[in-house]
Amino acid sequence: MFEHADAVLLARIQFAFTVSFHFLFPAFTIGLASYLAVLNGLWLAGYGSVYRVLFDYWKKIFAIAFAMGVVSGIVMSYQFGTNWSVFSDKAGPVIGAPMAYEVLSAFFLEAGFLGIMLFGRERVGNGLHMLATATVAVGTLLSAFWIISVNSWMHTPAGYTIDAVTGQFLPESFWESIFNPSFPYRLVHTVIAAYLTTAFIVGGVGAWHLLRDRSAPNEAARRMFSMAMWMAAIVAPIQIFVGDLHGLNTLEHQPAKVMAMEGHYESHPDGAPLYLFGIPNDAEQRLDYAVGIPKLSSLILRHGWNEPLAGLDTVPDDEQPPVFIVFWSFRVMVGIGMLMLTVGIWSLYARWRGTLYENRALHRFAVAMTPSGLVAVLAGWITTEVGRQPYTIYGLLRTADSAAPLDAAAVGTSLVAFVIVYFAVFGAGTFYLLRLMSHAPRPMEELEGWDEVRGPIRTAGIAPGPAQPEAGGHRRPLPSGRERE
Amino acid sequence: MGLAVNLDLTVVWAFLIAFAVFAYVVLDGFDLGLGMLFAIAPEERDRDVMMNSVAPVWDGNETWLVLGGGGLFAAFPLAYALVMPALYAPIIAMLLALIFRGVAFEFRWRTVRWRGVWDLAFIAGSSMASFAQGVALGALLQGIEVDMATRSYAGGWFDWLTPFSVVTGVAVMAGYCLLGATWLVMKTEGDLQDRMRRIAWLAGLATLAFIGLVSAWTPFLQDGYYNRWFTGWGIGLAVLVAGAVLLVAWRMFHSLNVHRHEYRPFLQAIALFALCFVGLGICMWPYVVPVEVTIWDAAAPEKSQMFMLVGALVLVPLILAYTAYAYWTFRGKIDPEAGYH
Repeated sequence: MFEHADAVLLARIQFAFTVSFHFLFPAFTIGLASYLAVLNGLWLAGYGSVYRVLFDYWKKIFAIAFAMGVVSGIVMSYQFGTNWSVFSDKAGPVIGAPMAYEVLSAFFLEAGFLGIMLFGRERVGNGLHMLATATVAVGTLLSAFWIISVNSWMHTPAGYTIDAVTGQFLPESFWESIFNPSFPYRLVHTVIAAYLTTAFIVGGVGAWHLLRDRSAPNEAARRMFSMAMWMAAIVAPIQIFVGDLHGLNTLEHQPAKVMAMEGHYESHPDGAPLYLFGIPNDAEQRLDYAVGIPKLSSLILRHGWNEPLAGLDTVPDDEQPPVFIVFWSFRVMVGIGMLMLTVGIWSLYARWRGTLYENRALHRFAVAMTPSGLVAVLAGWITTEVGRQPYTIYGLLRTADSAAPLDAAAVGTSLVAFVIVYFAVFGAGTFYLLRLMSHAPRPMEELEGWDEVRGPIRTAGIAPGPAQPEAGGHRRPLPSGRERE
Repeated sequence: MGLAVNLDLTVVWAFLIAFAVFAYVVLDGFDLGLGMLFAIAPEERDRDVMMNSVAPVWDGNETWLVLGGGGLFAAFPLAYALVMPALYAPIIAMLLALIFRGVAFEFRWRTVRWRGVWDLAFIAGSSMASFAQGVALGALLQGIEVDMATRSYAGGWFDWLTPFSVVTGVAVMAGYCLLGATWLVMKTEGDLQDRMRRIAWLAGLATLAFIGLVSAWTPFLQDGYYNRWFTGWGIGLAVLVAGAVLLVAWRMFHSLNVHRHEYRPFLQAIALFALCFVGLGICMWPYVVPVEVTIWDAAAPEKSQMFMLVGALVLVPLILAYTAYAYWTFRGKIDPEAGYH
């Protein structure tokens, strides 16, 4: 009995670990793929060579991050079966199809056109290369569509019946199961989060180079910083608004999760406070050291000061999520959202004052905020996934009843292997990413003699390669354009 | 109402997933083989050429693995739920190995001091992934213990490890080396090409030997396999498949070393794989988990299979078309002077 419980816990830790690590990469590359398409499009449309410089700069970073996303993603597609086989057998008839659609409509699209995007400009020409770049971006969004649909179904299952004999979930209406009640909110919230994540990484890198080379008129760094700050200023407020809608949707479908997010152990019949701080105490079912603003939670969630809000005292103990994790991960996410909003507003002010490229305090703030999107994304996922416990399929299939019949030793060994490999491999990858980011984009003076449309004017069939000033990194020319037969 | 339709849909999906697995084996097979051949191409210049020959397409090749796994999950969820825990160790080993293999494509261009390390990761990852896939195949073929009352895997954690599965593991490594070497014969020139011809010859011999060994061994794993091959029409079928294997192998060796063709050996190696695949299919049919669960036992409901089939009929031809376009775009010999992206 205990052995079994241990195996489930280890399987949960393993899934949490592998999926968290994995999602860091798509959270960045979903936004970056779109950004690259925009950069390439602006360059092709004649807005200036700086966009081509930025495209080439971020393309290298994209390639590494995307490769890490692919290899860590393949792990996910098999973890369902290896560690959660009972869940797979039961939910497969409903969620298998959308996952197959993800592979067919998104993964192949991304992978098929990625090669052309990275290696093929000289071979297919700028027009088709632009199409390939845009297709990769569309692929990342389609992938998000399907996988978020599946995830949302596990939160708000719809369009199914349960087979009396096998216990399998059978499809009643794929339309209803794909467009389940929480799906639109979660999809928009997640995609915007990915865009913000990318914006803050791009903005942070731009700010870093503005701080480092203040004397040089670093056109590329300025442009990326400016673009990122527009995103922050426009999209951060939208994200806060969408997040609020998502929260209201959660209140409707998963009230226990919202109770945990709010730290509401007790019901508040005439107006619930918004706790800013507190130490959740599940054993005693109370929030220790609570600091809160009276009635504000009711105002936010029910749009009335004195509206009643039920607490976890209305939920049986064995159906409650662990409050501490949910309460604090939610606060981390919201706190970062507010900081992002601050950066956005500040950048607008600096832009209006004409000091966007000189304001060192703003630049330092932006550098500090570089990984903020990644942290917020993880915190958000922890909030929603831990808040859904103790269920994998909300209200219907418990996590403890979903796991594969594995020995704790087998899961534990593979968990250790995953931890070692992920930290070693993705640690090295992150190091290479940071090193690429620490190099300034090519200065614009190097672009003397660029053809505005075709890029570098080639001599003897070989293009001057983009400098890779990495210590001894191979200074390799771009693939030459001549056809080889 | 739907029994007849359901039967047909299930068969269609069995063939679709078999196709995805075959596409994976052939496409990532030559990638992984090329990775193993890194070990005997210590020259950096050769390694650059070898890697550049697959860099634009490896990601698409590997996606067929996701379709194989994801398709099994979607169309035969019970089989997915039974096979994955049964093959736990080889599957996890394969996934970890594919991580090392996959990141090496990008990482080795980003460092000089550690380049050797990532080359080693590429070799070790490719070898381990190939071996693990072969072991998984052998373990599946020898049969998986299942408790149908609880719909779960009922065997032990090392059931997958037998002399037979080790042999199939090495056999797949040899076969992938053959695919990789013939791919490189097609994509390279000069000295590297000559070496790959010799290696293709050796890997071809090894592959043929393993095909013989595994084919002779398999009928004795299960009575069903034996009866299929050695009774009635089965004998004729066995002779036919074996004859075809020998014919293709002979043509392949001929075009490798006598005619010194460039494209044909690769296509002939693929044909060899296709024949092995047909043999496997004849062996396993109609089981998806030998010899406990048939494709109909494990099939998802008609509604799920129908919903996916609509998409597959539209999207799979589209995928094949743009994959072919990508290969066409990067056709021809690899220019040793061309760099990475």
